[in-house]
Amino acid sequence: MDVEKIDGIIDGYVDEEGVLIQILLDIQRELNWVPKEAIMEVSKRLQIPISQIYRVASFYTAMSLTPMGRHLVQVCLGTACHVRGAPKILNKVENTLKIKAGETTEDMMFTLRTVNCLGCCAMGPVMVVDEDYHGKMKTSDVNGILERYE
Amino acid sequence: MPKINSPTGLEDLRREILSKRDPNKPCITLCSGTACHATGSEKVAVAIEKELEKQSLKDDVDVRRTGCHGFCERGPIVVIYPEEICYLNVTPEDVSEIISETIKEKKIIDRLLYTDPNTGEKVVYEYEIPFYKEQTRIVFGPNKNIDPKSIDDYIAIGGYSALSKALFDMTPEQVLDEVKRSNLRGRGGGGFPTGRKWETTRNAPGEPKYVIVNCDEGDPGAYMDRSLMEGNPHSVIEGLIIGAYAIGSHEGLIYARQEYPLAVENVNIAIKRVEEYGLLGKNILGSGFDFKIKVHRGAGAFVSGESSALMTAIEGKVGEPRPKYIHTSECGVWDKPSDLNNVETWANIPLIINKGSEWFTSIGTEGSKGTKIFSLVGKVNNTGLVEVPMGTTIREIIYKIGGGIPGGKKFKALQTGGPSGGCISEEYLDTPVDFDELAKLGSIMGSGGMIVMDEDTCMVDVARYFVDFLCDESCGKCVPCREGLKRVRKILNGIVAGEGKEGDIELLKEIGNVMSKASLCALGKTAANPILSTIRYFRDEYDAHIEEKRCPALVCKDLISYYIDPERCNACRLCLKNCPADAIDGEKKLIHIIDQSKCIKCGTCFDVCPPKFSAVKKISGAPVPPPIPEEKRVIVKAKKAKGGKK
Repeated sequence: MDVEKIDGIIDGYVDEEGVLIQILLDIQRELNWVPKEAIMEVSKRLQIPISQIYRVASFYTAMSLTPMGRHLVQVCLGTACHVRGAPKILNKVENTLKIKAGETTEDMMFTLRTVNCLGCCAMGPVMVVDEDYHGKMKTSDVNGILERYE
Repeated sequence: MPKINSPTGLEDLRREILSKRDPNKPCITLCSGTACHATGSEKVAVAIEKELEKQSLKDDVDVRRTGCHGFCERGPIVVIYPEEICYLNVTPEDVSEIISETIKEKKIIDRLLYTDPNTGEKVVYEYEIPFYKEQTRIVFGPNKNIDPKSIDDYIAIGGYSALSKALFDMTPEQVLDEVKRSNLRGRGGGGFPTGRKWETTRNAPGEPKYVIVNCDEGDPGAYMDRSLMEGNPHSVIEGLIIGAYAIGSHEGLIYARQEYPLAVENVNIAIKRVEEYGLLGKNILGSGFDFKIKVHRGAGAFVSGESSALMTAIEGKVGEPRPKYIHTSECGVWDKPSDLNNVETWANIPLIINKGSEWFTSIGTEGSKGTKIFSLVGKVNNTGLVEVPMGTTIREIIYKIGGGIPGGKKFKALQTGGPSGGCISEEYLDTPVDFDELAKLGSIMGSGGMIVMDEDTCMVDVARYFVDFLCDESCGKCVPCREGLKRVRKILNGIVAGEGKEGDIELLKEIGNVMSKASLCALGKTAANPILSTIRYFRDEYDAHIEEKRCPALVCKDLISYYIDPERCNACRLCLKNCPADAIDGEKKLIHIIDQSKCIKCGTCFDVCPPKFSAVKKISGAPVPPPIPEEKRVIVKAKKAKGGKK
C-alpha cells in the first residue's frame, strides 16, 4: 500500500472538521477498499483511535474492509425490482458465481453485492456490472452477461 | 466573468443571455438522467453531435443534455425544439434519420413517436402524451428545459429572481411569513410545516446556525430527489440561500448519497458557478448577506437519512439517531441550531417567493398544499416520476398517468412511503393522496415512492422484504427496533417457508405495536407499518400461507413447485438446456419432466418456456401430478401438428 497516496488524500482536508467519512470514501475510491494500513495512517494523522475509525468504516456500506474483485456485480433489490423478480436474478448470479452476496470469487474476478435501489426502476429488474446497466433482466440472461467480463 | 453585484446586474445578464438565444433555432434536447443514461442516452448524444458535424449543421442546431424528464419507461428521450417533437426509446442508429428527416425536412418519424396503447394513436408532441398531460409540473417541469451544468440555462428561465426579490424587496421576517402562510410541509416524509421549522432555528440561541439539504434519499423505489438534484440543482441551491437569509444562517450543507455520483457532480458544478456569478459567497448580489455551501457525501446507511443521524454523519461519525427531547432545529450539527429540509422542499421555496403563498395555497388540499413528486414504479405501464397536486386520487395516478397494469393483470396493492409505509388495497383506489389521508389508511405518503403491485405479488413476501431491509439497516442502538425486527423476520421467514403456525399473526401484531411505541427513531417507530398494513388488508394471504401452506400469488419459493404440463410441452428442449440443476429429463420429441427432488426452484424453465407453449406451470398448495407414463411421452407427428395449431 502506498502511504503517500493516503497522505495526499488527508492533505486535501487540512483544518476541516468532521472529515473522517470523506477521507475514508476517498481511500475507498482510490484503492477500491480500505486496508488496515490505511486505517492506521488515518488514525496517526487525525489523532482518532483505530477503534473509532473501524467502527465508522464497518458501519457504512460504501467502505469495504476486504479487497474487492476486478468487477463489481450489483443486483438491485429495490422494491420495484423485487416485485419484478429480482430475487430470482440474485439467486441465479449466486449459483453461477458460486458465491453469496457480499462475497468475492476466489480468483478475485467478481465481487457480488446487492443494492437497495439504483433509481432506474423502469428497467427493473436491474443488474449492474461495473458501469454497465443491464435492465429487464431474465435469469437466462445472467450467464451471457457475466461471460463478457475477463 | 465579473461577479454580479446588484439585482439590475442580474436582470441585465438575463436579458443578455436571452438576446443571444433564438427561440426558433432548432434545439435537440436529450434526457441525461440516470435511468436514460443507463439505457444509452450518452451514446445517442455523441451520435447526434457527430451527425450534425457530418451534415454541416453544427452551427444551426443546438444540442442540450438535460435532466430527467420523468418518463423513464421510454428512455432515452429526445425532444426537438421549437416544435417539441418527442421521440422515445431512441438509439444511435436512429440519429442520422432524425437529423436528415426531422431537422432538415421537418418530417416526423412515426416509429419513434409515443403510441397510445388504448387507441393506437401516435402522439407527436411531448406535452400531449397522456403521461405528461395529466401532471402539474411546477417543481419538476424545468428539468426538461435546462442543462443542469449550465447556470445560464437556469437564469434564462428566471432563475435566481426569487433570491434577488427576497434579498432586496423583503426582510427575513417577511420571507419567513410568506413560507409560513404557504403551509408548505416537509416533502421528505415527515410533513412538518417548513415555516415553523425555520422559525425554531431562527429563534434558537447559538451561532453559527446551519441550513441543510437532505439528499440522502434511501427509500427503495423512490428517486425524485436524485432527479431534482441531478436535473435542476440550482433550484435547490436558490431555495437554500433564501432559507438561510430568513433563518439568519451563513453556512449551508448539502448531504448527498455517494451512490448518486451524478447528483454530487452536478451540485458541485452548480455551487462553483453560483460563486463565480456572485450569487453565493460574500455580499451576495451586493446585499451584504454572506452565505457558503459545502457538500457532504453520505457513505451509504439508510438510517442516516433521519435528521439527528444525518447530523452526526456530517460530523464524521457513525450516523446513528439520538433521542430528540431537544429538536435538531435547536441543537443539531456540532450542537448548533440546524434546519434540515428535504431536496424537494427546498426546490419549492423559489416558487413560493416568486409567485406568493396565495398562489401556492390555491393548489392542493386543505391540509396539504402544493404539488408532490411521486416515483411511480413496479407493475405499472408508465414507470416514471409524476408530479401532481396534493389530493389527486390513487386511481388517477396509476391509471390516467401510469397507464394501468401491464399484461392485463389485476391490480392488487399500492405500496407508499417506502419501508416506513404500508400497502393499500384496491377498495381505496379513489383515496385522494395527501399527508393526512394516507395516514388514515395505515400508510404514509413518505418521500413519495409508489410501488404498484399486481396479482403476481405475494403480500407476505412483500412484508418480509421490508423487514429484511429494515433488519439490515437498523443501527442497533435501541432494543425494540433491533430485537423486534429480528423476531419479526424469523416469524415471517417461517411463514413463507411453510412453517407458519397458529398465533403467528397475533404475535407479529404485538411485536409491531411495541416497536412503534418504544423505538428511538422513526425507522423503528414505523418499521411495523408494512407488516400491520398487509395483515390489515391481506389477512387471507397470511392465512393461506399458514393454514394451507399455499402461496396464492405463486411467489414463495418453498411453497411452490414447477411442473411441465404434458399437454402443452412441445419438447423444444429450451428448459432442459437452461436448467442449472440438470433436473429436467427429456429429449427431442420426448415430453420433458422435472425431477422434483433435483429442482432448486430457480424458475429458469418458467422464464425460457416460449409463451406460445407456456408449458411450465407453478403449483402451490396441491401435490405435483405424477409424471406421465414413459409410453405416452413420445410426441408423434400428428399430435405435434395439432398441438402447434393450438
